Amino acid sequence: MTKTLIALSFAAFVAATVPAAAQEHDTPQPPRLKWTFSGPFGKFDEAQLQRGFKIYREVCANCHSMEMVAFRNLADAGGPGYTPAQAAAVAGEYKIKDIDDLGQPIERAGRPADHFPAPFANEAAAKAQYGVAPPDMSTLAKARTYERGFPWFVFDIVTQYQEQGPDYIAAILKGYEEPPKDVHLPEGGNYNKYFPGHNIAMPPPLQAGQVTFDDGSPTTIDQYAKDVSSFLVWAAEPHLVARKRLGFQVMLFLIVLAGLLYFTKKKVWSAVH
Amino acid sequence: MSGPSTYQPQNAVLQWFEKRLPIGGLIHSSFVAYPTPRNLNYWWTFGGILSFMLGVQIITGVILTMHYTPQVDLAFKSVEGIMRDVNYGWLLRYLHSNGASMFFVAVYIHMFRGIYYGSYKEPREVLWILGVIIYLLMMATGFLGYTLPWGQMSFWGATVITNLFSAIPGVGEPIVNWLWGGYAVGNPTLNRFFSLHYLLPFVIAGVVVLHVWALHVAGQNNPTGVEPKTPGDTVPFTPYATIKDGFFMVCFCILFAWFVFYVPNFLGHADNYITANPAVTPTHIVPEWYYLPFYAILRAIPDKLLGVLALGGSIVILAFLPWLDTSPVRSARYRPLFRQFFWLWVIVSVGLGWLGAKPPEGIYVILARVLTVYYFGFFIVILPLLGIFEKTKPLPNSISESVLGAKA
Repeated sequence: MTKTLIALSFAAFVAATVPAAAQEHDTPQPPRLKWTFSGPFGKFDEAQLQRGFKIYREVCANCHSMEMVAFRNLADAGGPGYTPAQAAAVAGEYKIKDIDDLGQPIERAGRPADHFPAPFANEAAAKAQYGVAPPDMSTLAKARTYERGFPWFVFDIVTQYQEQGPDYIAAILKGYEEPPKDVHLPEGGNYNKYFPGHNIAMPPPLQAGQVTFDDGSPTTIDQYAKDVSSFLVWAAEPHLVARKRLGFQVMLFLIVLAGLLYFTKKKVWSAVH
Repeated sequence: MSGPSTYQPQNAVLQWFEKRLPIGGLIHSSFVAYPTPRNLNYWWTFGGILSFMLGVQIITGVILTMHYTPQVDLAFKSVEGIMRDVNYGWLLRYLHSNGASMFFVAVYIHMFRGIYYGSYKEPREVLWILGVIIYLLMMATGFLGYTLPWGQMSFWGATVITNLFSAIPGVGEPIVNWLWGGYAVGNPTLNRFFSLHYLLPFVIAGVVVLHVWALHVAGQNNPTGVEPKTPGDTVPFTPYATIKDGFFMVCFCILFAWFVFYVPNFLGHADNYITANPAVTPTHIVPEWYYLPFYAILRAIPDKLLGVLALGGSIVILAFLPWLDTSPVRSARYRPLFRQFFWLWVIVSVGLGWLGAKPPEGIYVILARVLTVYYFGFFIVILPLLGIFEKTKPLPNSISESVLGAKA
């Protein structure tokens, strides 16, 4: 009886909420892509991160800052796999504003400990071109998502689907289209299929062939979108690989310990049962 | 904590110490010799799990504090610094943020168990009310902690929740300004929230001591709701309860670790990875998941003051449970009608949680109103009447009889 009641109220609840949930999706859900870093054994693909970093440097960095990331991070374990010398060389190609020993403002070559410099001097300058400041990219892959809806968000706990951020970013990069006839965008707006409200300030940032790769990967927008999204996941979660590796060890330990405790408990309680 | 201890240390040093401060005897009588009902099921292990989670939160929190900066321009960066540059900082922070959620998972199960088995009934009313106080303190602590990373949801959540006090007629506005330390949520707010977030866990620990004390005076309830009558109805806390609690605590840690290592941001909100910006309001301001049922109740009511009163009432009403439930029978095992109303109430509470995350419009508001009526109706109408009209099943004569059957 109780079980029937639970089942009935659950069914009623789902039935009542499905039409409401369906109305929310006038924006299509970003397609789910395959990522090397998904799942319990996920790891970053070094070559992909290096390609993504190249796209960031040559395209994104013109407008987007990434102020939490330092040049030294490029050589950290579980990242793009540069050597410390390579990371230092990258840093040296940047100009960093500083003050010399006499207190005079100078520009010097970057060092591994420096963070990526911002493209604009302040927020007002960042806003000037498109009306909104381009968001900082350090945590962007964790700061963007899309609504999964019931019951999918519950299943995501078990399937470990947590790549909503890169899926969304990749979809945005590929989602630029001619606006439908009945849609009128305000001046300076761009139509994007996957952007909530469809009116995005950022013009289409990537063109095919724009960034060249040494490893022979295709220079298509699809490839760019995927590579730069992977890079942004690393920028937002640089210890992802270490986290999943330690997670597996902790899980194994806890499961073995739970098993041992279970049999100990059975033995202890056998006297009173 | 129940009567003079029988503890006799063998070691001479311990004997010397015990004569001067009988702390060994206190521990022995509380956690070794303490009689626990022999029929406790795994729902009774959550008290231990909660103590463990409080410890986890305090230890990780104290270490996080060493690396955190409570200043509006630096708070977000310092948290990212923990995530990136502090050794195992990502682990500490994910343990702490997911630990808060696990703490609430455990406390909700603990409370549902208390209600299902009537653990609040005479003589355990004070024990129950102390529990409600701990829960209120947890809610305050969780809310304060969520503002500290100073992301968008931190800032706007703090703004919305503190603004609730402005509904109080006459003095609402001054109270809100007093809470903020200014005319908007800002640096003084962050500073005092940090201070209080560090203070309250120790207040919780203090009330937990009272809660455990009250528990050891009244003794534990059990699935039959029949008090232990003979020594055969109980087993000593150690080894029986310790091994059972320990085993299930490790099982709970598997769930905890799953979130920490595999889906650490699932229970958070993406907007909280954007630095707080008073000039940009997020589309939907959503509190942490553990407040969502109450948030749904708040928004279900069209009037702000009444909404705030309903929100407060939905929590405070728990403290009156021992007197709202008029049935002399404790356990839902022997209360066929109560059992159905209880499960419906659990479903309604979870449903309210889901609605709290939805925008307050259309079908969601209507559903939230229906569920709110049932939420309160369960306490105010159903529980008092059930005690009068429900035909309960016969109770077993003793715990032993229920465990071992008629042969005992």
